[in-house]
Amino acid sequence: MKTEAFKDESRHRFLLNMGPQHPATHGVLRLVLEMDGEYVVHLDPVLGYGHRMHEKMAEARPWPSFLPNTARMDYLAALPYNHGYVCLIEKLAGVEVPRRAECIRVATSELNRVASHLLWLGAFLLDLGAFTPILYGFDDREQILDILEDITGSRLTYSYFRVGGVYRDVDDRFVENTRVFIKRMRKRLDIYNKLVTDNIIFIKRTEGIGVISPEMARRYGVTGANLRGSGIAYDIRKTEPYSIYPELDFEIPVGSRGDCFDRYLVRIKEIEQSLRIIEQALDMLPEGEFRGKAPKKIKLPPRAASFAVEAARGELVYFMVGQDSDVPYRLKVRVPSYANLSLIAELCQGMLIADLVSVMGSLDLVIPEIDR
Amino acid sequence: MDTAFLPPELLRMLIAALFVVTVVFVNALFMVYAERKIAGHIQRRPGPYEVGWHGILQTLVDGIKLMTKELVIPRDANRMLFRVAPLLAFTPVVMPFLVLPFSENLTIIDMNIGLIFILAMASLNVMAILVAGWSSNNKYGLFGAMRSVAQNIAYEIPILLSLLSVVLITNSFSMRTIVEAQISGLWFCLLQPLAFIIYLIAALAETNRAPFDMPEAESELTAGFHTEYSGMGFGLFFLGEYTNMFIVSSVAVAVFLGGWSGLPLPMDAWTGAFWFLLKVYILMFIMIWVRWTYPRVRFDQLMNLSWKYLIPFALLNLIVTAVIVKL
Repeated sequence: MKTEAFKDESRHRFLLNMGPQHPATHGVLRLVLEMDGEYVVHLDPVLGYGHRMHEKMAEARPWPSFLPNTARMDYLAALPYNHGYVCLIEKLAGVEVPRRAECIRVATSELNRVASHLLWLGAFLLDLGAFTPILYGFDDREQILDILEDITGSRLTYSYFRVGGVYRDVDDRFVENTRVFIKRMRKRLDIYNKLVTDNIIFIKRTEGIGVISPEMARRYGVTGANLRGSGIAYDIRKTEPYSIYPELDFEIPVGSRGDCFDRYLVRIKEIEQSLRIIEQALDMLPEGEFRGKAPKKIKLPPRAASFAVEAARGELVYFMVGQDSDVPYRLKVRVPSYANLSLIAELCQGMLIADLVSVMGSLDLVIPEIDR
Repeated sequence: MDTAFLPPELLRMLIAALFVVTVVFVNALFMVYAERKIAGHIQRRPGPYEVGWHGILQTLVDGIKLMTKELVIPRDANRMLFRVAPLLAFTPVVMPFLVLPFSENLTIIDMNIGLIFILAMASLNVMAILVAGWSSNNKYGLFGAMRSVAQNIAYEIPILLSLLSVVLITNSFSMRTIVEAQISGLWFCLLQPLAFIIYLIAALAETNRAPFDMPEAESELTAGFHTEYSGMGFGLFFLGEYTNMFIVSSVAVAVFLGGWSGLPLPMDAWTGAFWFLLKVYILMFIMIWVRWTYPRVRFDQLMNLSWKYLIPFALLNLIVTAVIVKL
């Protein structure tokens, strides 16, 4: 701690411990704040309360046994984590994936992204002191969870994707329910816009707060909606397309100022785009195999490979080194939230504590993903 | 029993005290239930549902739970002040009941300085919050306390100014005279619309209700000044908050919305209380509605609202009223 430093200062400062149990740190993030009245002078994030050694666990077991772990890092959007992992193994072992499986993967991943954004929306507004939107968000998210539970068997920590395809085929009910949901969600977005986007208090609390300049975003390696809010149209689904994304017609929403309000708008627009993607993926869903002919046992070749996907919070990269066995030599996961959190110390210097809460909410951090 | 030896004044006082305590507790029980139920329906969920018919006994059960819980006093807290603060919060909000004109006959005392008495009592509330935040030796508590002091000072002024413009018209601080002036003439919310709006906004802030609930801003200060309070210590703050809501709404009704006047009922002098309470609960419903709809404003925005907008406009309104009355 910096007790010595702040004793020397002429103005009285004090340390404020925010978290790990604090309503605004969502999970087990701890911030040690050096405060001057209500202003944050200095900020230290303390991590590791949710550390579960996922990367080490990957080195100690055959690669298929690690698949459930991937879902437990970002528990709000687990399917992109599944996706990156199986794609990496497919890349290392050279496994073909049937087209039907790709469509299912994209549709379910995007559903998961919408669910994650809805939860973020609620939690963000809760941080700003509005209690009601979170329950509206949960109401919609519940529909997605029901749809995904039907086909994956779990509601939150999915282990649905398999190397060479998916675990189970989807049926007509899934397609039908998803289409009903998309229709409903479009109507609900109008409600959100009326209730939140045009609200004067909300605008005053977010506009011009926590401005991330494009230069700063690059310096810290910020990705996802936080980067796009700063006006950089960087999205793995477009820049390094994987799966069937190159064939799909969708846009990358970007902001202009990089403040909390822009990050909010980008995510709301991303929900719209995700709905478009799901619709297209369902339209082109071909008949056929849902799982290709992957070999029963895959030995990972002794070379390194990496694979990047666009998770709900930004760029997720799996980097793996094989060792001619089914146990990898090393697995490194590059999670988006870690980079997104790292800039908070610089961003929040001299900020009011109320704005700090607003900025943290707008960054959409998932702490277990950072701790791993 | 022969009660002749009891002076009639003492009897009156006993009845009044019983009446006030009953109203305070019944109102709090009802309002907590109403708040949770309304919040539930606003948020597309049923609200309390398990205890009693549609959860009607939920608050009672919660109250019993609070009373049986231990009051945990943190180490290094100022023990005496820590215990006193909840009582300080509760006592002043009971006192204004003495002068509230529920109906023509249902007024405990018709003080000639009734309005000033209410304002004086209401401003004591901030003491309780300050003492609570200070004595609990918790930084979040202190944050809440400091915010509360600044906020209550900032918002007492517009409240006072907006009420004064009515007093200028009626020439009296007596609650009864103010109500009677409206029965013979127009309601003051029509004569003084600006003062009425300013009063409503400032009243929300004065009672620390969202979107102005700075002293307890949950997502910033965990629970603000009552972070360290458990059991009935917390319960008294809670009771105080709901009673305070009742008081500010009652003042609004008495001063701006015509008090007990309404459609004629049999035994008007007593049953006018029905109209009075109806208006009070409509105002309280609006306060609840606002809380569950809007996000919280930031502290500096809150202060700006008062010092830059409410106070100048209230002053202007007061001056214009004074000039017109003089003419």
